[in-house]
Amino acid sequence: MAVRFLIPGPLQPFSGGLRSVAVDGSPATVREALDALGARHPGVRDRVITEVGEIRPHVNLFVGEENVRDARGLDTAVPADGEIAILPAVSGG
Amino acid sequence: MPAKKIPPPKPLSPRDGDLLVLVGTMKGLFLLRSDRGRRKFQLSGPYFPGSSVYAAAFDSRAGRRRIWAAPSSMHWGAELCWSDDFGKTWSQPETPRVRFPESSGATLKNIWQISPGRADDADTIFCGVEPSALFESGDAGESWSLNDGLWNHPHRAKWMPGGGGLCLHTVLVDPKRPGRMVVATSTGGAYRTDDGGRSWNVKNRGVRAEFLPDPHPEFGQCVHKIAQNATNPDRLFLQNHWGLYRSDDGGDSWNDVANGVPSDFGFCVGIHPRDPDTAFVLPLHSDGFRCTPDGKLRVYRTKNGGKSWQAMTRGLPQKGALETVVRDAMSVDSLDPAGVYFGTRSGRVYASRDEGRSWKLAAEGLPPIVCVKAAVVANARSKARRAKAARSRRKAA
Repeated sequence: MAVRFLIPGPLQPFSGGLRSVAVDGSPATVREALDALGARHPGVRDRVITEVGEIRPHVNLFVGEENVRDARGLDTAVPADGEIAILPAVSGG
Repeated sequence: MPAKKIPPPKPLSPRDGDLLVLVGTMKGLFLLRSDRGRRKFQLSGPYFPGSSVYAAAFDSRAGRRRIWAAPSSMHWGAELCWSDDFGKTWSQPETPRVRFPESSGATLKNIWQISPGRADDADTIFCGVEPSALFESGDAGESWSLNDGLWNHPHRAKWMPGGGGLCLHTVLVDPKRPGRMVVATSTGGAYRTDDGGRSWNVKNRGVRAEFLPDPHPEFGQCVHKIAQNATNPDRLFLQNHWGLYRSDDGGDSWNDVANGVPSDFGFCVGIHPRDPDTAFVLPLHSDGFRCTPDGKLRVYRTKNGGKSWQAMTRGLPQKGALETVVRDAMSVDSLDPAGVYFGTRSGRVYASRDEGRSWKLAAEGLPPIVCVKAAVVANARSKARRAKAARSRRKAA
C-alpha cells in the first residue's frame, strides 16, 4: 500500500519517464507526499509548487476525485493507498 | 482526440560569420539564419512549443556557441535552458536554477532578459525577471543568486506593475567599466550600479511619468527599454511610456529627443553598434491604442543623436498595418552596414540589411513576437570538429 502520483506527460521527462510514481513512507497529507516525491524527482515537485511552497496557479492536484483547492490545499489528507493526480489546469491563451 | 505530437524542428547549421536571429514568441522560440548578405532567411522552430519565450541570447564568449532561452509555461513555470548546437538539443536542468530564495517570499513569474556579461568576464551572466529582480551567475549559468543590492533597495516596495507585470526587462552591462551596469524596471525606472551590484542609484532625472500626480518623480517611471552604444557606453537611448530620451552620461541625466516622431510613445529602441548618434525606434499611437499611427509601419531613425528622426518605410506596409512591436522585439546586429530586425505582435519579422533604409519580410505566420535578438555566429563548429579540422590542415601542410 503506497501513495501514488499520476504524472502528466510534460513532467514525465523529470520522473524518469514514469507515468506513475509510488512514494516512500506513509505520507498523511499532500504536502508530505510532495516532499517524498521531491526527494526522488525534484524536477516534478519544483514544477508543481513554487519557491514558497504553494501550488502553481495553473496546476491542479486531485486526491481521488477531489481537487485539493476545494479541500485543505496541501494539508489535504491522503489515504494510505491514495492516488494524487497532477493535472494542468484548463488555461493557455 | 489526442493532440498530434509536434515534430522536432529541422535544426539550422550556421557557419561562422552567419547571422542568427532569435525570435521569442508567445508559443515558442524560433531561429532565423542568414549569411552575411542577409538577403534570405532560413527559419527553424518552434522550440518549446506552447511556452512563451520573453528572453533569449546568444553567447559566443570563451569559444561558446550557446543559445540561451527562457521558456515560460503557464502551468509549470519559467526556466532557463540552453543549446550548444543551434537548437538540435537543449539542456533543461532537473530543477530550475533561477529561483527566488524561500526567504524572499517571492515566486518567479517570468524571465524577461538574459544578458551575457563582459567579454573578458566570460562566465558571468545576468537575468532580469518578474517580479522585478536581477539574478547573476558567475559560473556560466551553473548556479544563480539573487542580487541583494537591488532586491533590498528601499524603492522596490513602491515599484508598481505595468501592463506586462512588474518586470526587470533591461540589463546593460558596461563593456568598458567593470562594475557598472544599468537596469530598468516597469514601473520604477532606470537604476545604475558602479560597484558590481552592491549598491544601486536611481537614474531617472529628466524622464517623465505622466501617469503619476508628479510627472517628474525620483522613481516610478515606466521605462520601456534602454539601448546602449557599445563603443560609447555612456550614450543611451530610452523609450519611455510617453517620452523618448538620450543620455550622454550613462543615465545621470536624460534629454528629450522626440524631435519629429509621430508619437513619443513606443516600446522598443535600438542603437547602432558603432555610431552612437544613430538609433532606431518604432513609435506607437498612444498607450490607449498601442498600434502604429495611421496604419503605417514605420521605423524612425536618427543619425544625429535625436536632433531629428526620419521615417524608414521602404519595404514596410504603409496602409492598414495596425501593428504592435513590444519592448524587446527590436535588435541591431554588429555587421557593417548594421542590420536591424523587429518582430510584430502579428507574427512578422522584418529585416533591414542597410541600417534601416530598406526592409524585407524575413518570416511571417509566427505566434505573437515578444523578443528579437540578432547575433553574428562565432564558433559554429563544435570544439571536436574544430580540432579535427585543425588536424586535417596540419596533415595537409
